[in-house]
This record gives sequence, C-alpha cells and structure tokens, in this order.
Amino acid sequence: MASIDYPLERPDIEDTGWHFAENLYRWIATVDHKKLGLMYIVSALIFLCVAGVMAVVIRLQLAFPNGHVVDPDTYDRLFTMHGTTMVFLVGMPIVAGLSNYLVPLMIGARDMAFPRLNSFGFWIFLFGGLLLYYSYIGGSGLSGAGSAPDVGWFAYAPLTTKSFSRGHSVDYWALGVLVSGFGSIASAINVIATTISLRCPGMTLSKMPMFVWVMLVDAWLILIALPPLSAGQIMLLLDRYLGANFFNTQHGGSAVLWQHIFWIFGHPEVYILIFPAFAILSELVPIFSRKPLFGRPAMVGAVVAIGFISLGVWAHHMFAVGMTSWSNTFFAASSMLVGIPTGIKIFNWTATMYGGRIRLLTPMLFCCAFLLQFLVAGLTGIMLAVAPFDWQLHDSYFVVAHFHFTLAGGLVTALFGGFYYWYPKVAGRMYNETLAKWHFWLFIIGFNLTFIPLHFAGTLGMPRRIYTYAPGRGWEIWNQLASLGALMQAAAVTLFAWNVIYSAIKGEPAGDDPWDAWTLEWGTTSPPPEYNFEKLPVVRSSRPLWDLKHPNDPDWKYE
Amino acid sequence: MAEENVLTAGALTLEQDWKMPDRGTVGIIFLIITETALFSIFVAAYLIYIGKSLVGPYPKDVLELPILATICLLSSSGTIVFAEHALEKGHLGQFKLWWIVTICLGLEFLTATGLEWRKLIVHDHLTISTNLFGTTFYSLVGLHASHVTVGMVFLLLVLAVTLFRFPIETQKRRVKFLSWYWHFVDAVWVVVFTVVYIIGR
Repeated sequence: MASIDYPLERPDIEDTGWHFAENLYRWIATVDHKKLGLMYIVSALIFLCVAGVMAVVIRLQLAFPNGHVVDPDTYDRLFTMHGTTMVFLVGMPIVAGLSNYLVPLMIGARDMAFPRLNSFGFWIFLFGGLLLYYSYIGGSGLSGAGSAPDVGWFAYAPLTTKSFSRGHSVDYWALGVLVSGFGSIASAINVIATTISLRCPGMTLSKMPMFVWVMLVDAWLILIALPPLSAGQIMLLLDRYLGANFFNTQHGGSAVLWQHIFWIFGHPEVYILIFPAFAILSELVPIFSRKPLFGRPAMVGAVVAIGFISLGVWAHHMFAVGMTSWSNTFFAASSMLVGIPTGIKIFNWTATMYGGRIRLLTPMLFCCAFLLQFLVAGLTGIMLAVAPFDWQLHDSYFVVAHFHFTLAGGLVTALFGGFYYWYPKVAGRMYNETLAKWHFWLFIIGFNLTFIPLHFAGTLGMPRRIYTYAPGRGWEIWNQLASLGALMQAAAVTLFAWNVIYSAIKGEPAGDDPWDAWTLEWGTTSPPPEYNFEKLPVVRSSRPLWDLKHPNDPDWKYE
Repeated sequence: MAEENVLTAGALTLEQDWKMPDRGTVGIIFLIITETALFSIFVAAYLIYIGKSLVGPYPKDVLELPILATICLLSSSGTIVFAEHALEKGHLGQFKLWWIVTICLGLEFLTATGLEWRKLIVHDHLTISTNLFGTTFYSLVGLHASHVTVGMVFLLLVLAVTLFRFPIETQKRRVKFLSWYWHFVDAVWVVVFTVVYIIGR
C-alpha cells in the first residue's frame, strides 16, 4: 500500500484561475486535513482577537478605582464570554487545528483516518461558536432578560437555574459549548485513529515524533474529559427546560454536583489546552539547540502519566466548598503529584538545550520565555494545591494570575513560537524576523507587566470578577500596571497579525526545509501538496530527515 | 523529489511487512470509550441521588423489574452475532433472518420502555420534575433508550440495504462495527439495570 503512486494529474484540482465562488466552494467542501487545520487555526485566531478585545475592555474598566467604562451587566458578560471563548473557541480549535495540519505530515500519511468526519468536526465547532455569539442578539428571549451569558465560564449552579438566569443566555452557553464539544470529540477520535493506523512504514511508536505522542495523549484526554461536560450541560438543559431537579436545591438537588461534574471536565481540560505547548516545545527546542530531545522515553512516560493523573485532581478547584478533610488531602496530594511529570518535562527541555548550539531565532525565544513563565505558573499551581493556602486566596486575583500564567504565559507563548516555526511550511514564505522580534519583546514584557502585578493584587485581597473597587486598598498601582501591560500585548498581537498577512504576500520564499529540521513534514514541499507525499516515506529512526542528510552517520544505527 | 526516493529506497522488505490496525476498528473502540465516559456521569448522578428524593413516588413503590425487555435486549446481542457469522460465510438468507430477529428484539425492548414510562407518567404521576428519582431515572434510562434508538436506525438501514439488494458483502466491516456498538448498548443496559432496578430499589 505504501508505494502506490498518487495520480499527479487530477482534473478536480486543476488550476482554473482566480474565481472567488469556486475557491470559496473548494474551502467549504474540502476534506483535506491541511485546509481544515488552517480553517481551525484561523477561526481560533479570529476568536482570540475577539476575546482579546474583551480582555482589554476589562482591563480598561479595572485600570482605575470606581471605573465606569462599561456598566456592571456588560462587565459580567465580558468576563464570561472572554473565558468561554478563550477555552472553547480558541484553545480547543488550536488543539484540533495543530493536530490536523501536522500529525498526518509528521507520520507520513496522506490524510486523517476519517476525512469527512474531520470536516464535520470543524463545521460543528464553528457553528457552536457562532451559536454562542448569537446570544448577544437572541439571548434576551421573550421576557427581555439579559443578552450574552453572564454566569462565568464555569457557570456554577444555582446561578444558571431558571429563577436566577431568565431569558436564554445560559441556554446559548450550554448549547453552543455542547455542540462545539462534539466537534472536539470527532477530531480527537480522528487523531487517535490516524496515529494508530496510518503511520508510514517503519514508524513504530518509539520512533514517532514527540509532537504526535503529545497530541495522541491529548486526544485521549479529550475523549475522557469532554463527555462529562456534555453530560452536565444536558442535565442543565433538562433542568431549565423540563423542570428536572439535578441542580435544584429546593427538591434536594445539589449545586455542588455541578461543580464536581464541571471540574471532572475542567481540570483535564487545562491539560488538554497546555499539551499543544508541550508538543511544540518538544519539536522546537531540539531543532534550535541542534541536539536530539533529551530523555525521550522519560518524556513519553511523563506525558502519559499526566494523561492519567490529571483525571484525578479536579476537586482542588473546590477546596473552599467544604469537602471532608480526606477529600481535601487526597486532591491536594494528587495535584502535587502531577507536578512531578511536568517537572520532568521542564528539566528535559532544559537538558536538551544544555551544551547545544542554540540559535536564538524568534521561535526559540518564545520557547525560552515559555520555560520561565510556565515554571512560575507551575510553582503558583503547587502553592494553590495546598488546601489552607487556597482557602486564603480562592477566587482572588492570585488565581487569575496563576491560570493566565499557564494559558497566556504557557500556551499562547508557545503557540506563537510554533506559528513562526511552521509558518514557512504553511505559507511557503519566511516571516519577517525583525517584526517577529518586536512582537516577541512587546508581548513578553506586556504579558509579565499584566500578570506579575495581579499576583500582588490577589495577595492583597482583590477578589476575582469584581466590577470595580474603592480606592485606598493598595490595589491601584497593580491594576494600572496590568492595564498598561494589556495594551502592550494588544499591540504585540497586532504586529503578529500584520507579520502573518504581510509575509504571506511579500515574504522571502522559504524553501522546503528552512530550519534544517528532522521530522517528515520538512521532507515535502512548502506548502505541501494536497497528497502530502508523492511516495509514502519509510522511516528507520525518530529523526528520518537526519538519516537522509547524514547517510554516513544515521540515527538508526544507535536507536 | 530526490529526498523521498532516498527515503523509500532499500526499505521494501519493511514496507511489505508493515501492518497497521484497521482505522475503523480503532475509531469504533474509541467512540465506545468516549460514550462510556458520558454514561458514567449519568450513572454516578443516579447513584448519588438514590434515596435523596424529598417527595414520592419512590422507586420501591412504582418500579417493576423489566425482565422480558432485558431478556430480549441481551439475547439480541446473540442474534446479531449469528447474523454476522452468517454474513461472513455468505449465507445471505440466514443473515436476513437473524438480522430481522435482532430488530424485533430491539423493538420489543423499546416498546417495553415506552409502556413502562406511560405507566409511570399516567398511573403513578412520576415525571422528570416530580422528584430526584424522576429526574435521574428518566435521564439515565432515556439516554440509554436514545442509544438503542440510534442503533435501531442503523439496523434498519442495513436491512434496507439488504432488502433492496445492494451488495451487502461490501458492508461487512460496517456490520461488524454496528454489532460492536450494539453489544456496547447491551452492556450499558446491564449497568443501568443493576443500578436502577436492583441497587436503586
């Protein structure tokens, strides 16, 4: 099967010139994993900009005490939509988009295992997202109550019951996220089937790129963790529409049950979101240090360990609920346990850099920033895993600073590195390095200026989600610094967007392999043809392109 | 593309020995895993809310053991295996027979569930909003019944394909996966039966 030549002359992909309608139709009807991957990533970036603008408005509102930039109801909607969008409409499609684009290329396959399911997954995700945003128009319902959801991204009961949330805003939240979740599950099944069944000859699991390993475990986590959220949302909709009593305390239901169900999903979810960053680091750090990944088996072991341990730590989000001491102890211990495999990963990336010939280009700069920022995030995470510490700082800005350090300082930072790294492959042209360096420094300084001060504001007692605050509590300076940083980040992202668009038109041609890399995606043209590889490759080590470039000293002699 | 030629050269033996698991098999296994995660939340909610209803009717007053329906559903797992084997051996007549028997058994199960719900709603005045028992009972049993219904739709589709004389031989893999899904739905019923009608009563 591996050596069947692909018919190079295909009438259906013949170039007929620029016809807008035809091109549009080609993108809409496509089942090609690269097009779908790009569509996932582009929609995620658009949602990122929308949610980013919301964050800037939130920061403007909080820049000064007694602020009145927006009214309180709008403010509640802003932080709810910001959180929901960032998690479900930016993070999840980024996972799907990266694995869609890169996994088949890295394992030497021509497409995903189920191309049509893939297309279904993308469109159902996109319509889920649009449904959520339609709440701004349709959320008020006949009673004229509310517009977009204003219940926070974890939508705690009983705030979501009919009596406290009239109108349809919560229904849009539940349905929109439920529907886009189906897309994530479809994509996850696809990634698993692709990695298990479509690897090119010679690519055993021990020779599979680390990126693919991480995305495989990520897909596993999605399959286990997303259905609980779907179940919770189905229960919520039953409560709201059919008068069921799951979360109705008047009939003996339990609001805490929602918290359990949500966090059974919610904690694995943060690992689902951070895994693409792990995957990117595991590819970029070796390439830019000119050394193979240090401790590859330990890296695989660590990621699989995280894939299991993270399923049993959820209630550390609920220390303030009043669980038994035994539960608190168990979840504190398991939360700290998950720090061990994560620590292994940090150490191994550092050890990969140690003694290497490091090229400090923009992708590598982002990787270095990731290592430092994610380390801080991990340490504040361990602090919050200590239950008595959490009682003090639960729902404070310290927690906000912690998880923004993981997701913005971790995921988004690594993503920018990954985008610059694979940009030449996708666009066929190099990005502008000067602009990229400006983007890097603006973003990193802006990010730290925003979120380091928020730790202090939180420690001084500033609660999460407050609309505004009175002067004289010592919070002003930290909030002003944070707002300044937010503006810098917005400027940085604008530079990034400009670089992406400008370089796609005017950039230098990149060539097939601008980084002198080792994985299979660099062995085909940039951008890759629809069939990816003319002949399916056969690999003999975990660095097939290294073997190819160094026939006298190939890796497979030592593996 | 000289690179791929070097990549592929000298590895013909490796290529010929390279066997990967079937992607459909992998897909259906992981679909079943993710469905299991969905069901376990509803089962957990049921277990947590046992005995927490503030008002009646309570399970021990109104629930009757659905023995006949259970026998029908569980034996349909056997008949679908007979059908599968008949198809593999090329006995199309036997396949049709066992397939129709499977559909009848599934229909009997759905009818029994419908009649049970009718009795509970009309006679015992238990609805989804009456109490926690009603809430968890209708959602868990309903979730399972909806899966049986989906399975039934696919069973009927395969029947239609067979009756209209489309080449069913090309569908063997799909019939196999459908039968796995059907076994899964049956296994879930064993759990639901234990939780709802034995532990919960």
